[in-house]
Amino acid sequence: MLWNSLLLALREIRRNVLRSILTLLGVVIGVAAVIVMVTLGEGATLAVRQQIASLGDNLLIVRPGQHMGPGMSSDAPAFEMDDVQALRRDIPALAAVAPAATQSITAVAGNSNWSTSVIGVDDQYLRARSWTIAAGRSFTGSELRSGKAVCILGATVRDELFGAQDPIGQRVRLKKISCEVIGLLEAKGQSSMGSDQDDLVLIPLRTLQRRIAGNQEVRVIYLSVAKGRSPERAQADAERLLRERRHIVAGEQDNFSVRDMREIANMLTGTTRVLTMLLGAVASVSLLVGGIGIMNIMLVSVTERTREIGVRLAIGAREREVLMQFLVEAVVLSSIGGLLGILLALGASVGLAGLLKVPFVFNPRIVAIAFLFSAAVGVIFGFFPARRAARLDPIDALRHE
Amino acid sequence: MEADSVTASDHGPEAGPTGPPLIELRQVTKVYGLGTAEMQALRGVDLRIGQGEFVAVMGPSGSGKSTAMNILGCLDNPTAGGYWFKGVEVGGLDRDQRALLRRHYLGFVFQGFNLLSRTTALENVELPLIYRRTPAGERHRRAREALAAVGLRGWEGHTPGELSGGQQQRVAIARALVTDPAVLLADEPTGNLDSARSREIMELLTALNRQRGITIVMITHEPDMAAYAGRVVHFLDGLVERDGQPGDTR
Repeated sequence: MLWNSLLLALREIRRNVLRSILTLLGVVIGVAAVIVMVTLGEGATLAVRQQIASLGDNLLIVRPGQHMGPGMSSDAPAFEMDDVQALRRDIPALAAVAPAATQSITAVAGNSNWSTSVIGVDDQYLRARSWTIAAGRSFTGSELRSGKAVCILGATVRDELFGAQDPIGQRVRLKKISCEVIGLLEAKGQSSMGSDQDDLVLIPLRTLQRRIAGNQEVRVIYLSVAKGRSPERAQADAERLLRERRHIVAGEQDNFSVRDMREIANMLTGTTRVLTMLLGAVASVSLLVGGIGIMNIMLVSVTERTREIGVRLAIGAREREVLMQFLVEAVVLSSIGGLLGILLALGASVGLAGLLKVPFVFNPRIVAIAFLFSAAVGVIFGFFPARRAARLDPIDALRHE
Repeated sequence: MEADSVTASDHGPEAGPTGPPLIELRQVTKVYGLGTAEMQALRGVDLRIGQGEFVAVMGPSGSGKSTAMNILGCLDNPTAGGYWFKGVEVGGLDRDQRALLRRHYLGFVFQGFNLLSRTTALENVELPLIYRRTPAGERHRRAREALAAVGLRGWEGHTPGELSGGQQQRVAIARALVTDPAVLLADEPTGNLDSARSREIMELLTALNRQRGITIVMITHEPDMAAYAGRVVHFLDGLVERDGQPGDTR
């Protein structure tokens, strides 16, 4: 019976190629929209994960004051180098403890100038933040200790100040001091928040404190948890140690925060995942519209083919055979639409992923779901027209003009 | 098989073969509508048609001949009275059972040909066999044979749009014949054809009746066409008014 219905349905589709194509176009677009949206959404999620991984593995960020959102933090004293030493000494689970302080400064080299973040760091910073040196070298111990005027440039700053020239050995003026460029950082690209991670200049922390800021403050400490050690434990240990050092009594609120990058990562990927689902849901509305298109055309087709249905009934087709024929016709149409939609979606996803600079993630599950959904659309929206065809009275149908 | 005896007896109703008739209507009435809108299409029709007969059904429009044909064709059930086909009471069958009866014993030819457009002659003729689940090989062979029997050998791949009216009606006849039906029901088969083409179709039907012994029941308006039949049944106001040989009509 199914094979027969398939045979009849395929003959019917072949008889009306143009109408068939127009009918399945709605499903093609619907399926393609769903797959493209979900694929791009998942690509974006992956991109966020990769970006966060590039910030550093198992990274804890310690800042003074309670961070309460962008630009909102309670006032609290900065850290000192002694805090850093204590963290290094007392918490063995930390692979790196990197103090830093930042100033916004216009860097000048020759005729070019560029407003950027100048970060004072020590030798553990690169490791904690997963930076690698692309050219030149890192700071030496003596440069760090004595606060020498040397700097390492991020890719953006290098491009802005030196263009195609080799900057190593050149000098960059930061406020009153003139620094020698000793190294270049490997580019990281845009962060998940949309900011340029390569727009920075690294100088020794001591240089920043003494010769630019004029204080001894450490504004942020990056903690890198050693592989195999629990970040939760390390976070708790760091909090306890800092409370002690900052003389916070039991019951009093911390005047600093220790944040786990993974928390932020999960928050961000959670956001993109919700967004993906939302986009997919919106796109599936277009699949629904495609289904209504199928129903519309099938209804027109039933009316148009009333006499033909009469002939089939007179010849001896049973009600359910006519029903099956039209139902199979709708399902075959919508399934072909689904397959074409998948092909279109894969092409479009690869293209758009390249354009939007998100990785292309092939998800066979969503492809399968979209295909089954398209077939289901055929069943659901084909049923009503098919039943109408099957219930025609053969005598009236044969007389139909 | 029975063709010889039928032709020898010259189709006379009383000269039909013994045993139960192929088709028997007894006091069949058909009422359409309800209450004041009630319309009696048939008011007690008695009709017996034997195996191998060629019957022409005539009568003005509204006389009930089409209703009678619909009942004979198992497309409709009588309101009252009985219809026996091969000794089986059809009135008691449901829609699907009647469909199966049509599928296995009846062939239909319509005035408007009713071929599937954009579909080759061969595929049109194959259609009833698809519903009978005949395997593809046999289906093709029998459809070719049926087309050859109506003189359309070599036209298998043509669509109705590429065929003349007479040829289209031949395809329709081939479609009705391909299942070897017991009865071929034709509703004004020459109504859309010119006289030369009409004669060809009538000669074809006569030959099928004589050579294959297929029982034919045909509605027609034209006495010329009815003359090909062995028996003419006249309907008037929902009743059989006259039933006799073609010569009796005038």
